Amino acid sequence: MSQAEPKVPLLEMSGIRKEFPGVLALDEVDLTLRRGEVLALLGENGAGKSTLIKMLGGAHAPDRGEILVDGESVEIRSAMDAREAGIAVIYQEFNLVPQLSVLENLFLGREQTRWGVVDRKTEVAEAKKWLARIGLDLDPDRLCGELTVAQQQGVEIVKALSAEARILVMDEPSAVLTGGELERLFEVIRELQEQGIGVIYISHRLDEVDELAGRLLVLRDGKLVGERRVDETSRRELIEMMVGRPLEKEFPTRVPHIGEERLKVEGLSREKAVRDVSFAVRSGEIVGFFGLVGAGRTEVMRLIAGADARESGVIQVDGEELAIRNPREAISAGICLLSEDRKSEGLVLKRSVIENFGLPNLRRFSRRGWLDQGKEQEEFSGYREELNLRLSSAEQRVSELSGGNQQKVVLSKWLARHAEVILFDEPTRGIDVGAKFEIYQLIHRLADEGKAIVLVSSELPEILGLSDRIVVMREGRIIGEKENSEAVSQEEILALAIEEETP
Amino acid sequence: MKKRWTEYGMILVLLLLCILFSILTLKKQGAMTAAGADRLVEKIEKARESDTPIFVVGASRTDSAEFVGQVAERLRNRGFTEVTTVVGTPREVRQEWETLAEPAPVLVTSGDAAKWTALAAIQQSHPTLEIVVPEERWQSDFLKRTNLVAIVDRIVVIAVIAIGMTLIILTGGIDLSVGSLIALSAVLSTLLMRSLGGVDGADWVIWVGFLAATLLCGAVGGVGGFLVAQFRVAPFITTLAVMMMARGFAFLLTGGFSIYQVPPSITWLGRGNLFGIPNTVWLLALLYLGAHLFMQHTRYGRYIYAVGGNEEAARLSGVPVKAVLVFVYVVGGLCAGFGGCIQASQLSSGAPNLGMMFELYVIAAVVVGGTSLSGGSGRIFGTLIGAFIISVIQNGMNLLGFDSYLQQVVLGGVILAAVLLDRFRQRGSVRV
Repeated sequence: MSQAEPKVPLLEMSGIRKEFPGVLALDEVDLTLRRGEVLALLGENGAGKSTLIKMLGGAHAPDRGEILVDGESVEIRSAMDAREAGIAVIYQEFNLVPQLSVLENLFLGREQTRWGVVDRKTEVAEAKKWLARIGLDLDPDRLCGELTVAQQQGVEIVKALSAEARILVMDEPSAVLTGGELERLFEVIRELQEQGIGVIYISHRLDEVDELAGRLLVLRDGKLVGERRVDETSRRELIEMMVGRPLEKEFPTRVPHIGEERLKVEGLSREKAVRDVSFAVRSGEIVGFFGLVGAGRTEVMRLIAGADARESGVIQVDGEELAIRNPREAISAGICLLSEDRKSEGLVLKRSVIENFGLPNLRRFSRRGWLDQGKEQEEFSGYREELNLRLSSAEQRVSELSGGNQQKVVLSKWLARHAEVILFDEPTRGIDVGAKFEIYQLIHRLADEGKAIVLVSSELPEILGLSDRIVVMREGRIIGEKENSEAVSQEEILALAIEEETP
Repeated sequence: MKKRWTEYGMILVLLLLCILFSILTLKKQGAMTAAGADRLVEKIEKARESDTPIFVVGASRTDSAEFVGQVAERLRNRGFTEVTTVVGTPREVRQEWETLAEPAPVLVTSGDAAKWTALAAIQQSHPTLEIVVPEERWQSDFLKRTNLVAIVDRIVVIAVIAIGMTLIILTGGIDLSVGSLIALSAVLSTLLMRSLGGVDGADWVIWVGFLAATLLCGAVGGVGGFLVAQFRVAPFITTLAVMMMARGFAFLLTGGFSIYQVPPSITWLGRGNLFGIPNTVWLLALLYLGAHLFMQHTRYGRYIYAVGGNEEAARLSGVPVKAVLVFVYVVGGLCAGFGGCIQASQLSSGAPNLGMMFELYVIAAVVVGGTSLSGGSGRIFGTLIGAFIISVIQNGMNLLGFDSYLQQVVLGGVILAAVLLDRFRQRGSVRV
């Protein structure tokens, strides 16, 4: 940034408009990005962020409006066009082929050839150079499917850089990362910034925006609501811009009424992922599980819910020992798991909302196999109202809903099951601020009804804001447990999750 | 509006095909209907005395056979006493004519028989003979009752098996063994009938044979389903192996020959009538209605859709995934076995080479009917429509005299078009 800033911005989008059948996704949106700048793009789900960046990636074409790179108008009709314009988009779902190696993925579609044959030597040298540049220590011959999510993201970034992208667009890169990995990502982004690369950063986490971005844009219902400097904007102001109404606070308040022990787990183990895990949850209690990605939190929940088979360990609900060999047995024992990956584990995306709602409850909604669809509908409309589910109809396909509404469908199906032990695994991942608050309120209400709640989250404020007790995991073990209070700090918990030795 | 179109698009295609073939097969021909018979008899009544000998002729195996009966009945009702009827080949008609004591002054004929040279020859030797034909009307070959029944008869086996295949494909699987199971079932049932009395066997022998063969095919399907569910063997490979084994067994059991020694009433299932409606129509109506109710109104139908849509999510929701998978392959086997019985009934025999390539026609019917090969979406009635689209196209091309090789090309094109339509439909509903 020492050089004199040229007058022409790196990227300029002006008067962008896009209409889908029945929806105006973007309406007269303007955006400018300067060299070496990190621009945060904020907005609730469905605000139009994804549509906007898909135009940069060549997945959609604008109905109206212009895209200028270095002051010159470009037309981006395909991923190839985007690459030629120097734009790289890293979507939430990575564009890596899991069966191919890092090297093959990096050069997919632009293989370095000599005499028509892939020139491996040049490719390896090139790949190593770029991997080193972002500090990713990775064997280029490893298959992408074997990498951790953070490493895959690194490969995506390297792919973008080695294609000489000057505009990098990242859609919620932090959703899949925790602690240390996130720090690394920030370092990389800052380095890129110094090299004059412009970054558009989409996130739901406002902390990250504070830390990383210089400027921010807020979209709501396809319209540009505001453009601000980050250091001049308060958190509250920001949320209000996104939600479009004044918001009271981030977490609801509650006075816990904790009773008898309901869920008790002892000596739970499976391979290296879960080692000798023991804990208990009482009636009306919310126990937060924190740890880095790969610490084994999700794996513990899956064992309790019967999704995976445990090698050893005892699971008790209300003092009764349970066999739990599969999800059916866990569900009938009153345990349910809201999986972290709702699209691949929580929902049948191809089917309707009502069918997804009914799935675990069909025994109750049927007599000798015959469905009582009236009863199903009736019960569903109760939950629909209670959860503030926004649908055009109960027959709508789940895949058409926003993330927040999808999560509410998952909630509705388990609520109707009247489970007594509810395991929430990252319940607010990829969900907008407004829906988050509603889900927090619901978790509180369930606890107040005397249920035992486990909350797994990678967002520390969420853990601190909701839990009565906090359990920290590292490398498959529980390494700390703390009653939550005002006195417990983020640093303390994070230190426990990261450090080898804690005093 | 758009959704409507994609949902019911295939019905529209089927209707358009029917209209198209109805128009293309329109021909000016003798109206062989009850009303046609009335008019014809009135005409004779006006011109002739009631004691005039009348000779009524029709070609066998066509609509005119029935028409001959109608005309004769009406003539007798009006008091004509000397009515002789002949239904058969030109040679038979000629021979019958020669046996008459004295030549009849009136000869009534219709349809194909009206064009026979044999009649022209008779006319030449008896110049006073009056040949009466029904008045000519524009009529469509496609819409004739016999043709419509032929369409159903031709597709019934494929359509029955397609029910099971729809369930299997809805779970994201496939079953290649159904063609071989047709042969196995037909061979097993007829072998059983032969050993229980053969041609002179009682009626219950037929039902024992059919039931045993159907159940056995269900069991074979179940074994395949178990391999798929328990050991995660790809359905394509599992059923490919079963396909080869079943075909092999069918040949081993018969030594490669057909089995004809069955009670004659075996034909009732595939060629009989009940309340004036062909049994095949009843079968399709009942089976499809049952399958539809099962898929849309029972918990198990929902399970099948859920397993195909997202197996892991279904499992985590407490759906007994393995049982569902075994179940659909058992149903697939039962349907294939029953299809084999219908085939044996239509042919009055069982042969080890029956049902070759039928698996592909069955899969085609399911896909044309809008069921997605990736599982999780599709409808039972869609499959019925798919089966009829295939059958109607084949029938229409036959009526129009298309070359059979060309028919294959056209059918292939139809399947491609259906798959493309499915792609567009998916793109239409899932917003990217």
